[in-house]
Amino acid sequence: MMLAIVRFARSRAAHAIVSGIVGATIGGIFAWILRTVLLTEGMINAVKFLSGFALIPGEAIDTFHPILVNVLAAVIFAVHVMVGAGSGMGLFQDSRMGRFMYYAGASTYAWGLVGQVIFWLEGALLVNLFRVWSGEPFDLMAESALVLGAFFSVVGFLIVGGVMTDWFLWIGGHETPLHHGAPEGMPEWFRYFSVDVNHKVIGIQYGFTSLFVLLVGGIFAILFRLELSAPGLQFLEADQYNTLFSAHGIVMIVSILLGVGAMVNYLAPVMIGAADMAFPRLNAFSYWVGFPSFLLILAGMAVGGWDTGWVGYSPLALRTAVGVQLFMLGFYMSGFSSIASAINTIVTTAYMRAKGMSLFRMPIFVWAALATSLIQFTATQTVGVALTMTIAERALDLTFFNPENGGNPVLYQHIFWFYSHPAVYVFILPGLGIISELLPVFTRKPLFGYRWIALSSLGIALVGFLVWAHHMFTSGMADTLRVPFMITTMLVAVPTGVKFFSWIATLWEGKMTFETPMLFTLGAISVFLIGGISGPILGTIPTDLHLHDSYWVVGHFHATMFGGFIFPFCAAMYYWYPKITGHMYKESLGKLHFWLMVPGFWVMSFGQMSVGVIGMRRRISDYDPALGIQGTHVLITIAALVIGWSILIMIYNFAVSARTEPVAGRNPWGSRSPEWQAPSPLPEFNFDVPFEVVGDPYDYGLEDAIYTQAAPAPSGD
Amino acid sequence: MRKANHFINVGLIIVVSTFILRLVFGWMFQLPYGPGAEADLDTLPERLSVFMGFVRPLPASAESVAIDVMFNWHFWMIAFLFALIMGLMLYSVFAFRRKEGDDTDAPHIHGNTALEIAWTVIPIIVVLGFGGYGWVELNRLITPKPDEMTIQVTAFQWGWSFNYPEEVDAGPSPVRGPVMMLAVDQPVLLEMNATDVLHAFWVPEFRVKQDLVPGRTTYLRFTPTDVGDYVLRCAEICGSGHANMLASVRVVSQAEFDEWVIATATTEPYSTMTAEARGERIYREGFGATGAPSCAGCHSVDGSVINGPTWLGIYEKTGTLDDGSTYIADDEYIRNSILNPNDQIVEGFNANVMYQTYAEAIPAFEAEIEGLEGDFDFDVIADLIAFMQTLEATE
Repeated sequence: MMLAIVRFARSRAAHAIVSGIVGATIGGIFAWILRTVLLTEGMINAVKFLSGFALIPGEAIDTFHPILVNVLAAVIFAVHVMVGAGSGMGLFQDSRMGRFMYYAGASTYAWGLVGQVIFWLEGALLVNLFRVWSGEPFDLMAESALVLGAFFSVVGFLIVGGVMTDWFLWIGGHETPLHHGAPEGMPEWFRYFSVDVNHKVIGIQYGFTSLFVLLVGGIFAILFRLELSAPGLQFLEADQYNTLFSAHGIVMIVSILLGVGAMVNYLAPVMIGAADMAFPRLNAFSYWVGFPSFLLILAGMAVGGWDTGWVGYSPLALRTAVGVQLFMLGFYMSGFSSIASAINTIVTTAYMRAKGMSLFRMPIFVWAALATSLIQFTATQTVGVALTMTIAERALDLTFFNPENGGNPVLYQHIFWFYSHPAVYVFILPGLGIISELLPVFTRKPLFGYRWIALSSLGIALVGFLVWAHHMFTSGMADTLRVPFMITTMLVAVPTGVKFFSWIATLWEGKMTFETPMLFTLGAISVFLIGGISGPILGTIPTDLHLHDSYWVVGHFHATMFGGFIFPFCAAMYYWYPKITGHMYKESLGKLHFWLMVPGFWVMSFGQMSVGVIGMRRRISDYDPALGIQGTHVLITIAALVIGWSILIMIYNFAVSARTEPVAGRNPWGSRSPEWQAPSPLPEFNFDVPFEVVGDPYDYGLEDAIYTQAAPAPSGD
Repeated sequence: MRKANHFINVGLIIVVSTFILRLVFGWMFQLPYGPGAEADLDTLPERLSVFMGFVRPLPASAESVAIDVMFNWHFWMIAFLFALIMGLMLYSVFAFRRKEGDDTDAPHIHGNTALEIAWTVIPIIVVLGFGGYGWVELNRLITPKPDEMTIQVTAFQWGWSFNYPEEVDAGPSPVRGPVMMLAVDQPVLLEMNATDVLHAFWVPEFRVKQDLVPGRTTYLRFTPTDVGDYVLRCAEICGSGHANMLASVRVVSQAEFDEWVIATATTEPYSTMTAEARGERIYREGFGATGAPSCAGCHSVDGSVINGPTWLGIYEKTGTLDDGSTYIADDEYIRNSILNPNDQIVEGFNANVMYQTYAEAIPAFEAEIEGLEGDFDFDVIADLIAFMQTLEATE
């Protein structure tokens, strides 16, 4: 039975059906647009006016125009269905468009989307069954129908997309050997558009999706930055503005989590000498569950938006538009991605290190990945609880946070920040690991205080769990709680400081060269420094009382995110680009990107802090012109545009360089790290000859210091 | 010896740039602005804080002076740390960059335990010092002061109302309103409640902030020290109207404050006023203890548009609704628009902007006034309509 379903799913007929449905959707949208445009009164009058020249009476138009339009729409729809189904069956292979449609229709994205829509309808219909049964009107957009539909839809994406096929086959007792390489009959590149278990493929899928989501979140930001360039409302309404900044927050967080996934997935197994992650199928699941969750957030914007910000504080979350449900559900489902990939990383680093690689001989990035995974694994559940409680309070009329029914709004903040504060360390620890990883290579000097840096990551992870209530210094919680949280908050500065001092000591007397990755590493240090030093002023309560919920916080937070994630992520992409593609990137464009983004970011950051001190509140669509801050706001908007353009330059660079730039060779940077000793791009199982670790990772400048060497072949007994 | 030179160079750079940065920060955050700009800077810390460039808006409460001193210390630390790390980094970049033709590795230095212990322990001491400083200052902020005046603050979507329970004996009418009146140098204790969602009380010049939480009372203490007009801004996202959830705060002399209290408390009772005058008063002052926002917050009487349509010439006006139908603003239409705001939305305006529960607030307000004044049949909407009839548009 199980096998029969899988066999059918892999048949031409099934492909034709899915491609047909995709075609139907696109055709349906076109047909709907056509009908909407051509059936407006103005358009009908225009047709009447024109047909008057051909002596066709207006009454005839009244009769025939709708018929003609409907026929045209039906034809468009039918053509799309046929072309979709036909390309799914493998026709039209000799045209570029036909091939594109064939592969697009066969990709997991298309299958998953079809599954998402079908399961969404199923969930919504199930709820409506009960609604009609209990005498309520049939309504697919009812809140409960939306919630169950959205929940089902993520499961539908995973099932129809084929992410869980192997697990279903296990239930049926079938053998499921791990499939390596492209799906049958498909070219090698198609792996990146299908469910694949190789950690490098998954890492790149994470990376691509992260950049895509980053662009979406960036567009939101540009929209509301343009709105803020003058007081008063320009082109957005207050509710649209609120939805945009809320979506910007959560979309960027999804992007960062995907980017972290990209770095950890691609790098951690190679760096420790493993052939793959410990649980390859779970790894694929982690990636694929994130994608439909992101779509739920976008759907939330479409069904009315929400104006709570990404924090979703009650009671506002209980009163705002229904979009908040889909946002919270999307956030919740993407938590599965975090937890599953954290388990994978922890197990992989614990059990799959190469021979001789003790913990203190791991590349420093692996320490960061481990610390990040420990946080993700232990904290994500709590935000899940906060979100579930809100979703249930709205959809099922339970009471947790609504004071009118005896709930406690401050409780939500505690549960929420218990995850969401450590989460910022999830975002930045891998980035800080990248900085520590790259500095020794470009200074040709050992990493100063390797052990202290490694342990400071764990220190940050630990202290990060004890500071959540500093987000709530003005929330009305007891003063007896405010003081201890002030002390722990100040203590986070210590392990962070250790990292800064160690980086500077690594740079001191280093023989530096300034290729793009190094520039971004130095840029990351400078920007993260702005984020770091603007923190203690928020940590001491008397000064926080002025700055809390002001733009100072916005500036501080964006500096930590850019310095702790965006800049190191860019550095990592430039640095490992030759390893991933086998080609160098364009150095000139990389430098241009850097010299646009660093000053852009500095202006944006200091600008935000400056208007915050003067009285600009967070999350407002309009500000008082009497504050005299419009000039600064214009500067911030320009800086945001510059940053946006520089990111586009980077994407262009990556898109063309793999075809136009020279072959990179194994080790263009002269690194000692294991992945650079293997060919570029890496083979399927990373190391054709396993290696063993015989020295320390960062012994640059020491003659004859060896880190890894080929492991002796096992004796044949 | 060359090594020592490097340390001397970089040390000098750090010291000089710390001072320069501190001045730059001062410039960056000192923009001409606001009512405090003419404030007299009579105390030393006030003058110091402005000389060091911190902080605009100028302080206008007793608490803000001490807080600004703390800001000043913080900005010195920020300047120092920025100079320290950036100075060392940029110095390394320029002094140690790879020389032309050199392809050897850098010296093999992998750590220094004494240094590492130092840069762990010293920051611990510094941050604990700041933590302790913050603790002491926080204690001062939350300690009750003698002769505090209690003011009850209510926040709702999207406005504020202020009630002065200690002035209840000043006259027949309660002392309350949509504007916060404060007597200069009179310490106040705010007892704050929200009726719907979270809000936050922030007057930047006073430097203190506190959330208002529905279902519980939160407190805030401060002492205004400078006469002037300030703006209270809601600092916690509370929905569509968040950006415009403002209230005026007026700090006046004790004599002027007392005058205002007497004037408010001895206002003529509603029952002896004409309907038009009652309507105008409700329009301006709102709906008593219900806390429902006054009409004046969103509807002008001079033809300008605030959040809703102007009331100038509104009675029996005709126009178009957002569903395309036309309306005549007769008694029935106006009554329904107040009680069911989303039923009829005039073209160009949005649903859900208007306060949604006047249907509950108005009967409660009527009952309250009838209870206070006795033997009086109060019809709020009829009075409002009577007021509207006086607002004829002049050509």
